Amino acid sequence: MKSFAPVLTVVGAIFVIWYGAAVVLNSAWAYDKAKRADVTLSFSEMVTDTWSQEKPLLPAPHQVVKEIYKTTVLKKITSKRSLIWHGWITLSATLLGFAMGTGFGILLAVGIVHSRAMDMSVMPWVIASQTIPILAVAPMIIVVLNAVGISGLLPKAFISMYLSFFPVVVGMVKGLRSPDAMQLDQMRTWSALKPTMFWKLRLPSSMPYLFPSLKIAMAASLVGAIVGELPTGAVAGLGARLLAGSYYGQTIQIWSALISAAVLAAALVALIGLLQNITLKRMGMLR
Amino acid sequence: MNKEVIIETKGLDLTFETNDGPVHALKDINLTIEKGDFVSFIGPSGCGKTTLLRVMADLEQPTGGTCTVNGVSPHEARMNRAYGYVFQAAGLYPWRTIGGNIKLPLEIMGYSKVEQEERVSKVLELVELDGFEKKFPWQLSGGMQQRASIARALAFDADILLMDEPFGALDEIVRDHLNEQLLALWARTHKTIGFVTHSIPEAVYLSTKIVVMSPRPGRIADVIESTLPKERPLEIRDTPEFIEIAHRVRDGLHEGHSNG
Repeated sequence: MKSFAPVLTVVGAIFVIWYGAAVVLNSAWAYDKAKRADVTLSFSEMVTDTWSQEKPLLPAPHQVVKEIYKTTVLKKITSKRSLIWHGWITLSATLLGFAMGTGFGILLAVGIVHSRAMDMSVMPWVIASQTIPILAVAPMIIVVLNAVGISGLLPKAFISMYLSFFPVVVGMVKGLRSPDAMQLDQMRTWSALKPTMFWKLRLPSSMPYLFPSLKIAMAASLVGAIVGELPTGAVAGLGARLLAGSYYGQTIQIWSALISAAVLAAALVALIGLLQNITLKRMGMLR
Repeated sequence: MNKEVIIETKGLDLTFETNDGPVHALKDINLTIEKGDFVSFIGPSGCGKTTLLRVMADLEQPTGGTCTVNGVSPHEARMNRAYGYVFQAAGLYPWRTIGGNIKLPLEIMGYSKVEQEERVSKVLELVELDGFEKKFPWQLSGGMQQRASIARALAFDADILLMDEPFGALDEIVRDHLNEQLLALWARTHKTIGFVTHSIPEAVYLSTKIVVMSPRPGRIADVIESTLPKERPLEIRDTPEFIEIAHRVRDGLHEGHSNG
C-alpha cells in the first residue's frame, strides 16, 4: 500500500502537465476558429475549447479515455474498429517474437558460455546487430519475407525476436557465468560432467539474471511488433492504428493507440515480474 | 605398525605460469598419508598448503613428480569419488534446502531416492544438524552452514576427507566447538583427513601428523608426528605435551621463514 502514494502523485503530476500542455498547444486553433467566426473567447471558453477539439494537436486525457472506451467496450471484438482486435494482432506477434527471441537468446548464451570459439566469434556480432536501426531493417524483412510467401504474423514476430534476443543473451551469459570458481571446483570434486553442472548449478544460478532481461525483452518485443506493422500498409495492429491516425490527422486515435500500447507493455512486464516473484520465492531466493 | 598408505607424493613439483613469470608453488614434496591419519598442513599464506591439497584432489596438475591417491592417480581417484572436499566457504546452493544441498552430490552420483533420504538424515545427525533438513542456508548461522557442508562431503562413501581451512571464517568459540565435533566425527567414521589451517592450536589439537610448510618456493619444513592421545578434551591444550608440540610447529614455521 505504501507504494501507491508516490505512484499516484506522479500520475497526478502527469495529468496536470498534460491538461496544461493541451491548453497551450491547442489554443492557437481555438483562437483561429473564434476569429473566423468573429467572436472573442474568454479564457474559460478558450480552455474548454482546447479540451474538446475534434483534431487537436494534443488531445486531453479525457478525450483519449473516451476514445479508448468507445473502441474497446462499445465495439465488437471482431470489428476492425475495435482496439482490442488491433491490440490482439500486435500482442500475438509480440508474444511469438518474445518466445522466439528468448529461446534463441538462451541458446546463444549457452553456446557462448560453453565454447570459447563462440564467445570470441558470436558475441561481437550480437552487439553489432543492435546498432543497426531497426526502422531501416524492418521494411526489408517484411518485403523479403513477403516475396518468399511469408506474411502476416511471422515477419513481425521476426522483428520482435531481433530486438528481444539481445537482452536475453547478455543477461543469460552473465547469469550462467555467475557461479564462482569454488562452486565449479566443488562440482568437479563430485566428478560431475558439464551437462550436470549446467542443469544443477549454472541454470539455477542464472535465474535472478534471466527475469530482468525478460522484462526488457518483452518491452522491446512490443516495440518490434509495432514497428513491423508500420510498413505493411497500415492493415491491422496498434502500429497500423498509429499510422492510419497520422495519415488522417486523427490525433485522438493516435494517442489512444499509444496509450493502449503503453498499458499493454506495462501489463506484460508486470506479468513477468509476477513470474519472477513466484519462481524466486519457490527457489528460496526471495527473503 | 604397518598401515595402508592412502596418499603418497614423491618429488612433487608445481610451477604456475603467470603474467609476472613463473611462480614455484610446490617444490619437492615427499609425503605419505596413512589410513586413518588426521594430517594438518600449516604455514603462512603462499606456502602452497592449499595447492598441495588441490593437487591431491585433482584440481591442480603438478608439473613434476608423482602423487597417488588410493594407489591410483588423483584423476582416477576423483572419478572414483574417493574423497569429499570441504572448501573455505560453505558453498551451499541458496535455492536448495539443507537437505537438498546434501542430496546434490548423491543425485549426481545416482543414488536412489530412498537411499538419498537415508543418507541425508544419517549425516545430518553426524554433524548435529538433525531437524534442519527443510531450512534454507540463509536461515542458518555461518558455523551451522559449514557443518552442513561437511555433512555434504560425508554423504557419499568417500574414505578421504580433504578440508581447506573449513573453519577459517568462523569465530574462535564456534571454531573450538566445531574442532571438538570434527574429532568425534573422525573417531566415529575412521576417515583419513587432510586439513589445511593457519592456526597452530587448531593443527596441534586435531592432528596425528602436522606438516609444517614454508613459502617461496612452497616446501615442507617439518613433519611432526603427534604424541597426544586419541582422546582429546579441549583442556588438553593446557598440557605441557601440547605446548611442546605447538612450540615445535612454531619453530618449524620460523625456520622456514628465515631460510626463505
